[in-house]
Amino acid sequence: MSENRWVGQAVDRVDGVEKVTGSARYTADLKFPRLLHAHVIRSPHPHARVLAVRMERAARMPGVRAVASGRDFPFHTGIYLKDQTVFATDRVRYVGDPVAAIAAESEEAALAAAALVEIDYDPLPPVYDVLAGIAPDAPLIHPDLGSYECVPWITPKPGTNICNHLKVRKGDYAAALATCRRVFDNTFEVPQVQHVPIEPHVSVACFDLAGKVIVHTSAQSPFTVRHLLCACFSLSHGDVQVTVPAVGGGFGGKAGINLEPIAVALAMKARGRWVRVMVDRAEEFYATVVRQALTARLVSGVDDDGRVRAQKMHYLWGCGGYGGYGVNVVRAAGYTCGGAYEFPNVEGDSIGVYTNRPVGSAYRGFGMQEIHWALEQQMDIVARGIGMHPVDFRLLNCLGPGKTTVTGQVLDAHVGRVDLCIKRVDEALDLRGGAASHLRSDEVLDRRANGRQAFHGKGMACAVKAPAMPNDAASSVVMKFAEDATLEILVSGIDYGQGLKTVAAQFAAEALDLPMESVRVRGNPDTNLSPYDWQTVASRQTWATGNAILKGAEELKRQLFVVAAQVLDVSVSELECHDGAVVHPPSGRSIPLMRLVMGYQFPDGHAIGGPVAATSSFMPEGLLFLDPETSQSAKPVAKWTFGAQAVEVTVDAETGQYTVDRVAACYDVGRVINPGLIRGQTYGGIVQGLGTGMMEELRIDRATGRIANASLMDYKIPSSEDVPVEMLVSYVETPQTDGPMGARGIGEHTMIPTPAAIANAIFDACGVRIHEMPITAEKVLAALRAKEARG
Amino acid sequence: MVERAYARRTMSTTISLRVNGQDERHDVEPNQTLLAFLRDTLDLTGAKEGCNEGECGACMVLVDGRAVNSCLMLAVEADGREIITIEGIGDAEHLHPLQAAFLKHTAVQCGFCTPGMIMTAIGLLAENPDPDEAAVREAMAGSLCRCTGYRQILDAIHEAAGVMRVVPAVEFGMRGPAGPSGVAPGLMAPGSAEAAAGVKVLGLPEMAP
Repeated sequence: MSENRWVGQAVDRVDGVEKVTGSARYTADLKFPRLLHAHVIRSPHPHARVLAVRMERAARMPGVRAVASGRDFPFHTGIYLKDQTVFATDRVRYVGDPVAAIAAESEEAALAAAALVEIDYDPLPPVYDVLAGIAPDAPLIHPDLGSYECVPWITPKPGTNICNHLKVRKGDYAAALATCRRVFDNTFEVPQVQHVPIEPHVSVACFDLAGKVIVHTSAQSPFTVRHLLCACFSLSHGDVQVTVPAVGGGFGGKAGINLEPIAVALAMKARGRWVRVMVDRAEEFYATVVRQALTARLVSGVDDDGRVRAQKMHYLWGCGGYGGYGVNVVRAAGYTCGGAYEFPNVEGDSIGVYTNRPVGSAYRGFGMQEIHWALEQQMDIVARGIGMHPVDFRLLNCLGPGKTTVTGQVLDAHVGRVDLCIKRVDEALDLRGGAASHLRSDEVLDRRANGRQAFHGKGMACAVKAPAMPNDAASSVVMKFAEDATLEILVSGIDYGQGLKTVAAQFAAEALDLPMESVRVRGNPDTNLSPYDWQTVASRQTWATGNAILKGAEELKRQLFVVAAQVLDVSVSELECHDGAVVHPPSGRSIPLMRLVMGYQFPDGHAIGGPVAATSSFMPEGLLFLDPETSQSAKPVAKWTFGAQAVEVTVDAETGQYTVDRVAACYDVGRVINPGLIRGQTYGGIVQGLGTGMMEELRIDRATGRIANASLMDYKIPSSEDVPVEMLVSYVETPQTDGPMGARGIGEHTMIPTPAAIANAIFDACGVRIHEMPITAEKVLAALRAKEARG
Repeated sequence: MVERAYARRTMSTTISLRVNGQDERHDVEPNQTLLAFLRDTLDLTGAKEGCNEGECGACMVLVDGRAVNSCLMLAVEADGREIITIEGIGDAEHLHPLQAAFLKHTAVQCGFCTPGMIMTAIGLLAENPDPDEAAVREAMAGSLCRCTGYRQILDAIHEAAGVMRVVPAVEFGMRGPAGPSGVAPGLMAPGSAEAAAGVKVLGLPEMAP
């Protein structure tokens, strides 16, 4: 096949000009007549009974137009497990839990009225950690857990703090472990972290006098927002309209519903007025969703040949006050518990535990970075423990065609090749060569520019992730021509930077052989006008929407060719699309699309055909539920994307400070659709991975339950000064059978292996192993001192 | 607290300033930030509110040629000054070299930080037309991006700096009929090598000597 005209080319972003000129309008940029400003009153207690909420004085304040609390809206929300209400009714479960809200003519008036709201709390003992949460005598955070509505594949345990538990049983772990020559048992920790989209959450709603609800929101799916709002407020989908303007970053934090129910609740009490709920940066940190904490214990039994025979994975997730979305992270981490490796005998448990902390949710990687932090360090420890190079050990034990996953799925030849990714990053950073990468316990000493002693080291980690979504998650598109043959494509996936609009245009231009400038992708979806799409999550858009577009393009061609064949008096099968025309190669005759897209008119005036348009959709086929006891399933997920990263670090021996100097990344993406965009996803993921690996942690003050670092001053994310000197990225292309032109997802995978690779490189550099993310200089220095003390 | 909130309404003062080449005269409240003034009063929403505490750089604008976090400046402090926002530096047909370079290097993802990034970079290049990698990293460190990993942004700035160095800097200005004849620093002269190479030129500058 000759090279494609558009697919695989570094096409400029189709939404680039609107973004560099400041024209792109985000939710907070929209103007509304007589907008009311909301203030949310949030719990100051991590865990308490709510005895009374008195808002009468606040409601009488000048400028106040609506007050709302759990008394008015005792409705449950949640995408998988409906364990949350719009406002706390009888109990608050984290500092920041919404208890009431006020809408007023100005922010100042709302704030002033908020001071007059009286709430009586009866504090309860808080539970901050998973181990405390699963203790038999732990205070119950959700005593009514058994009464909540829940999808069938989530299994909360009433009478405990466990909101989901997925068990994986393969082979006979205990018997296999007993025969292993060496056993390695380690525990790893990951703290809660925040998404930190640069655009904070914001939602605007109106309940008009005709009974229609209109919502404009910064979200990852207008349709899921609408669906969940309808369930929450018992509304018809026909009466709720949700639109998503430009979105300033999501990373999972804008999946499902967030502020929308509060905006709608206030709008219902201020009929006919627009109400905006916009959190400030501090609220963004403690009151919107976060990534779950993880405590992971891994036990590996290995034979002399270097094969892992028995593997136990015990993942305890700190879900925060509500498990609504995060319960599916628990599930995904369960069925992916073995990472990129083939383990013949497996005991895996992934358990979600309520804690009195901010609410866990989706976050780029959906649990995978957290489990890889544990798993990829464990593999390094095992390899070094048996005297094998970590690269060789990974190549020996990794998944690939013909291998069997922890859930019993036998991988086929099209699944993607983690072995090739491992080899690529090994070559890129020369993991075996150089003095720094030998297997040894002594350190290679060096002199840095500042004259202090420094250690150099290299390490790597693998990555794997599947889309974690309902088996029937679908995408659809509308493709229609304008009078001048401009092709308009309506998608409801959100392009919040990953480049969906651009790749959608590339697929369509490729399939119909159109110039790129003839294609317009209409994003910013509106549930009243746009075709259905489940959500923009799970690295699924290029794949799912891409497939829908390729299918839709075939239908457009069919319609064009039926008319053109009559005009040219030829067979449909002889026609092709070429550069804005339908051509008949045998005769060399052609008709410009402009004369076909609204129907063709003959010289005598009679017309045939009509406006050319198509709808099409994509839903993965053949997915099967997991066995409830063992999680065995022949096809539990739609696809896997594998990859690997290697890093090189320099550690200052006197301070523990270190730099990540070089990173190599390689992923089997099936097909690169746009080199510029995929590099952006890769660089962006690496640096976000550096953030969680090196510096990010949402710290809680145990005396009050408050977040101790709820500002960008105290919660640092990577800046331009943290970018590695060199990032070497490459891709393997093993076409995905059901991928559009072979492509599979990549958006999340790029941040999965980075922290573990850094930890492995630091061990390589100076022989200390950091088990608790993030790897701060303080931890490295303390470990170096402890190592010195041990001699 | 309530009394104060309402008292503010009576304490507004009038400011006169030039924004993107247009003279503006408006009543502002004493606690209104320059960012809020630009966004709410002038509907210039290119500058974004990311943190309102000067930590993210999404609200960056030029005040008398220097890049400033507009969330940290009161509107009353802008009285008598010249403000340039992202809306004042280029349009689709006349992209600023930094805008063109951001597109070429795919330095844009969600786009929320992009206007602030570009204004910060303009401020940097006005002070230091030939920054090395360390200088660019340092100057951009107050402008946070969660999407790109910065590499493509840094590359775009280096490229734009190269383009802009061959053109003599002239005073800040604004495109369009209402604007002065000057153009923002680094905008290229028609007929220059860069313009011939397809880099688009902002405005119709009378080139300074």
